[in-house]
Amino acid sequence: MATIRIPTPLRPYAGGNAEVPVSGNTVGAALNDLTARHPDLRKHLYTDSGELRAFVNVFLGQEDVRHMQGENTALKENDQLRIVPSVAGGAMG
Amino acid sequence: MPMLTQPKLNFLYSEPATLESRVGNTPLIRLSRLAADLAPAVQVFAKAEWFNPSGSVKDRPAANILRAAFENGDLDSSGERRLLDSTSGNMGIAYATFGATRGIGITLAVPANASPERLSILRALGAEIVLTDPLEGSDGAILEARRLAHERPDRYYYANQYSNPANWQAHYLSTGPEIIEQTDGQVTHFVAGLGTSGTLTGTGRRLKEYNPAIQLVAVQPDAPFHGLEGLKHMDTAIKPAIYDETLADVNLSVNTEEAQRMTLRLAREEGLFVGISAGAAAVAALDVARTLDEGVVVAIFPDAGFKYLSERFWSNK
Repeated sequence: MATIRIPTPLRPYAGGNAEVPVSGNTVGAALNDLTARHPDLRKHLYTDSGELRAFVNVFLGQEDVRHMQGENTALKENDQLRIVPSVAGGAMG
Repeated sequence: MPMLTQPKLNFLYSEPATLESRVGNTPLIRLSRLAADLAPAVQVFAKAEWFNPSGSVKDRPAANILRAAFENGDLDSSGERRLLDSTSGNMGIAYATFGATRGIGITLAVPANASPERLSILRALGAEIVLTDPLEGSDGAILEARRLAHERPDRYYYANQYSNPANWQAHYLSTGPEIIEQTDGQVTHFVAGLGTSGTLTGTGRRLKEYNPAIQLVAVQPDAPFHGLEGLKHMDTAIKPAIYDETLADVNLSVNTEEAQRMTLRLAREEGLFVGISAGAAAVAALDVARTLDEGVVVAIFPDAGFKYLSERFWSNK
């Protein structure tokens, strides 16, 4: 199973987890699985029209998936995705 | 043509022509096309902080913090101790600028997701950068700076912009009096985004002393996870020690996309190519201004747009 690392400000909407195991063979499927498990995340990550918000970056390793195949980027077992805002907002409980 | 002689050159300037002496006294620029729907007696002004030497409002606290540290003996011209702080960019650029002029090394804890433009500027100015976990945001950088300060008190003077009184005092001494003078004392509303809260606290205290009826409007992101660089969602972030929750008369929250749209409009309709936090301040200032029959609203526009060009929203229609 791949995992998604959650930035601190979003952890309250992800059951307090820093990392969430997800199923899916693509980045899009994995993100869908994440928001299915934690629906509160959805409005923080996506616009009303269902696109990733412009300041939300998803990294596979060191690579921004937008520079790969976007949501169609293939995921392997044990891959780790990271959700990173393009700026440093800052939030700790 | 007569040549200037050396002795004459020494008298060309009546004041010290240092970079630090150019901090502050930024212009007020009136919004026109974006303010077209307001009541005729309502004026909205941007305090154009990108006119500062290193390009942002942060020149004021950075120069004042360095000045205070020299006065207190925390730093000296031997340059043996370095100034250490955490920053997502502008404060670091200001420290590095004035650190260079004073011969002081600057060490900065910066979240690794700070924009690449900012990191390049910091490196150009010779700052030492410690990148922190991008998932932890600016709070992660704060914790790393604390750790470094604790580990090596001999090497570092930890300036801590979030709790250093020289931060808000810079605005009390400069931004506040400037706004009173530039509006001929007629300012009715002051709008500023909250990051360290230094701008609102210092300017706000000065304005309230001048006229307690002046309304202070604090601007925050509408959620803990946001794209408004430099601003903090106070309820969920490490609260700055200098933050006075009771000072603002009005607290407004602004959505990231709304601020981005306004940033584009400022560029295209007012010729103001500014950063996203200026867009957020403009959203709040115009929201407040729309409720008024008369008034003079002054909003802090912290920086220009250059450092955000890698953001995707600029290509929106």
